[in-house]
Amino acid sequence: MSVFIDKTTRLLIQGITGRDGSFHARQMIQYGTQVVGGVTPGKGGQKFDDDVPIFNTVAEAVNKTGANATVIYVPPMFAADAMMEAADAGIAFIVAITEGVPVLDMTRVYPFVKDRGSRLLGPNCPGLISPGASNIGIIPGRICTPGPVGLVSRSGTLTYEVVYQMTRANIGQTTCVGIGGDPINGTNFIDCLDAFEKDPATKAVVMIGEIGGTDEQEAARFVREKMKKPVVGFIAGQTAPPGRRMGHAGAIISGSAGTAGEKMQAFEEAGVGVAKRPVDVVELLKRAMR
Amino acid sequence: MNIHEYQAKEIFRKYGIPIPPGEVATTAEEAETIARRFGTTVVVKAQVHAGGRGKAGGVKLARTSEEAKTIAAQILKLRIKGLPVEKVLVTPAADIASEAYVGIIVDRASKRAVFMASPAGGIDIEEVAAKTPEKILRHAVDPRYGLQSFEAMQLAFFLYSDMRQVRAAANILQQLYKAFSENGGSLAEINPLVTTPAGEIVALDAKMVIDDNELDRRPDIAALRDESAEDPREVEARKASLTFIKLDGNVGCVVNGAGLAMATMDLVKYYGGAPANFLDIGGSSNPEKVVAALQIITRDPNVKTILFNIFGGITRTDDVANGIVTALKQNPLKVPLVIRLTGTNEEIAVDILKENGLSAMTDMDEAVKKAVALATGGKAA
Repeated sequence: MSVFIDKTTRLLIQGITGRDGSFHARQMIQYGTQVVGGVTPGKGGQKFDDDVPIFNTVAEAVNKTGANATVIYVPPMFAADAMMEAADAGIAFIVAITEGVPVLDMTRVYPFVKDRGSRLLGPNCPGLISPGASNIGIIPGRICTPGPVGLVSRSGTLTYEVVYQMTRANIGQTTCVGIGGDPINGTNFIDCLDAFEKDPATKAVVMIGEIGGTDEQEAARFVREKMKKPVVGFIAGQTAPPGRRMGHAGAIISGSAGTAGEKMQAFEEAGVGVAKRPVDVVELLKRAMR
Repeated sequence: MNIHEYQAKEIFRKYGIPIPPGEVATTAEEAETIARRFGTTVVVKAQVHAGGRGKAGGVKLARTSEEAKTIAAQILKLRIKGLPVEKVLVTPAADIASEAYVGIIVDRASKRAVFMASPAGGIDIEEVAAKTPEKILRHAVDPRYGLQSFEAMQLAFFLYSDMRQVRAAANILQQLYKAFSENGGSLAEINPLVTTPAGEIVALDAKMVIDDNELDRRPDIAALRDESAEDPREVEARKASLTFIKLDGNVGCVVNGAGLAMATMDLVKYYGGAPANFLDIGGSSNPEKVVAALQIITRDPNVKTILFNIFGGITRTDDVANGIVTALKQNPLKVPLVIRLTGTNEEIAVDILKENGLSAMTDMDEAVKKAVALATGGKAA
């Protein structure tokens, strides 16, 4: 079992003929992900690698292939439009890998997608993988292995690091989800924690956060109030100088400076095992699942 | 991207927000000429990307043009929070009856642009939030409709009771929202928004931060960047598409990905060392980026050792290895180098390094311990 995606997920790739899109399309197909089509305006009717049909619009692709998920690799200035196009075509699960999407674009995309009942993951995220079943995005498949732990993270390469440490210690994963580090994203920690809590195959959860904002503190409250499964956490940025990634005015609205210390304390108070180093996640997980 | 007060004022002025006249000077003589033209008491204000200008002596009154010259000369010699003052804004001093604060910022929690208004202006809004939070009114704007008149009026009634002033302030708020959203802002602020003894409302100060992700589609805004007002190392890093932040330690760090970069810095500290910098080479990195990264780091005399921590995903580790080899050929290092890499094309990368007399580690903790030991002469870890 897994969350959000499984073997039956039928995936579209928006931007399949681009540099990043084509490279990762091949990686995903090789992994066993069901890639049913691609979208590149102007290239409709062609085939990608003589195999995957390309469409001009997402609506047409959905109509012809029955796709229920999409992954977006289009350049930042077109990414907002691509997300809205996917939601409007009725795609239930939208993964936006693109980095550098203007945040004011996202203030418009978020309500648009929500009104149409789709789930958006990202933007600026590595995607997600259910080891052995489906891989959507850019997470290297070979560092993952199937198993009982769900993982959710705001980071990309730090996620790889933690997954790698887990896999080396023979602790497999149900699903690893990268929610992305942008100020406005479609899926947050709580959405993923909730999904893992409901997934019978997931026995424990790892949550990897960063400085800035209050998402981790709210996630900690969710763990305390709603979760029975053990949760282990790590926060990056304990040595980050204050105020470099986040303006003061933002801190006023949230009523928090978003420091690592504050987040680690919130984790501890919620009974989340706090790893001091990425590698400590392994020991904490072993203890939690005993 | 930060822009200067005078640039933010030019943008606000285009949207009809009442801004007092003002001109920019880069020398004391220019400041004198401008002050003489105004023929009244002026304020000389440092144009620098740092808060707390007033406390640092960067904002001063001058009663005569001679005084303006003297004061401008002093201010242009200042460094405020490490940044040099290259320009001053000279503007006629205003008589102030009251001071308010209005600002707008993108808020993560509501996923919208949020207005803040406070009748307690002229001081740090952080201070108001900490001491008298009831004096701040917040309002999230629905991006589909923008700031409607009634919403602007609700905010304005929180600031003023005189109907003429309420209407003027509401108009300013709507125009401020337009200036913010049409120019790709992540923050727009007027502090203070003042009333004059005659009852007019005027924006005495202006601040705007632009979302870096907007710059590609807004060349006119991108052109406002003032590199002389930024840390030269950070400018150099940005040109090489790197994210670099200088810190005080002695372990230079080169990492791919912001989260892993922060975790690496944290681990350096955990093992008793101190990171010299935050440096993220980003995804799909080419060898040139690595060369640029090493150039920036080695310029810091504090750096006693350099640590690479690369987890290849989109980033190919062989690209990084090639970059290291190229950089060392151009500029042999005077400090020891510790390389940890794993992931995409790891075997090729290890071969490239070996052929050039270098070696790589695969474990992050071991690599950090080694780097800290080298930097501290074996005293820590």
